[in-house]
Amino acid sequence: MTAAPGTMLALQGVSVVKDGRTILHPLDLTLAERRVGIIGRNGSGKSTLARLFNGIETPSTGTVLLGDCADRRALRRGVGFVFQNPDNQIVYPIVEEDLAFGLKNLKLPPEEIRARIDTVLDRFGLAGLRGRFTHQLSGGEKQMIALAGVLVMRPATVVLDEPATLLDLWNRNRLMQLIAGLEEQVIMVSHDLEMLARFDRVLLVEAGRIAADGPPDQVIARYRAGAAC
Amino acid sequence: MLGEGYVAGTSPLHRARPLWKLLGLIVLCTMLFVGPAWPALALGGAAVAAGFALARLPPIHAARALRPLAWILALLFAVQLWLSGWALAAFAVLRFAVLILAATLVTLTTRSSEFVDGILALLAPAPAWVPKARIALAISLALRFLPMVRDMLEQIRQAQAARGLERNLIALSVPLLLRALKSADDISAAIYARSFDEAD
Repeated sequence: MTAAPGTMLALQGVSVVKDGRTILHPLDLTLAERRVGIIGRNGSGKSTLARLFNGIETPSTGTVLLGDCADRRALRRGVGFVFQNPDNQIVYPIVEEDLAFGLKNLKLPPEEIRARIDTVLDRFGLAGLRGRFTHQLSGGEKQMIALAGVLVMRPATVVLDEPATLLDLWNRNRLMQLIAGLEEQVIMVSHDLEMLARFDRVLLVEAGRIAADGPPDQVIARYRAGAAC
Repeated sequence: MLGEGYVAGTSPLHRARPLWKLLGLIVLCTMLFVGPAWPALALGGAAVAAGFALARLPPIHAARALRPLAWILALLFAVQLWLSGWALAAFAVLRFAVLILAATLVTLTTRSSEFVDGILALLAPAPAWVPKARIALAISLALRFLPMVRDMLEQIRQAQAARGLERNLIALSVPLLLRALKSADDISAAIYARSFDEAD
């Protein structure tokens, strides 16, 4: 299965240079698959690559396209981003208020905001957290709320940057089940090779370049071989 | 006005428009500073006490709000006592306490999203170049992240204690500042990732 027409992400000649250091070398990439994994060593540039998709990171050269649109606002509307640490993603002290944050930014009417929050909380079985203080939630609950805060905006694609790194095994499994069931296109940076083995395509990032790109079994095997050296 | 503020309720104060509560707070603060000293303080104190009763908030909430500031109140009292005598020292401390409790009352009865709406309404007459949504969000973020900074401080203190360092203000504040700045970067990215640039 592929991403819906008009929502396909593409990088055209994109590079990222910071303080004279090249983080990502010029690359062309089209992501049509519904499940795309990104792997690589720490500092290889994989998080920078992921941040380009939502417009958080600005390319030094080239263009990031969603369909045929290069507008950053359209990119942020169409591509949601879940950060590694939910504490840095949750903006409001109460769960319901936080879920409403992005929707209010989009200036949706209050009744639609309420309806979307109800839907996303029911979908993930999180209705009991609606009125809770966000800083009192467990790490797993926070990450679920961070994901819900993105999904409530109904993006075509969800980018996740190592979402399970801070979670215990139970919460990791719950989050991964939830991600596996998403209808949206998923692009996930992760060290969880077991999870990525079920994806449609995996990219291996090495020193700011795509070193391998293809079916998970081949790319993961190359990554493992490199780590064994 | 501390982060763990809002207490759910259905009292008239909970249901009042945030804009009116903020305006009431501004009027009360102004009265305490420009009105006749003791009568204004008595009136302000009575208004705040009535507000707590109306919101059906037990006195423990007032005590919780004042407890972290006890040392500041004590210091204020000592300085005023030394400079101006008993009467002014008592007045200064009581006025400060009434101000804190009035602000706490607003926080306890207002969800932070409503608080933001109230600030936006208050800023509505400001010219277009004033970044209203940013100002409102900044105030809301301060409420959200106070508990987080408190947790960061505790983690750093424990990490330092585990390595044999007892309380040391500089050793605590430098890593706290660095971590807070790093978090601020991430939070800023997260806010824009959720289309905040469409809010203003």
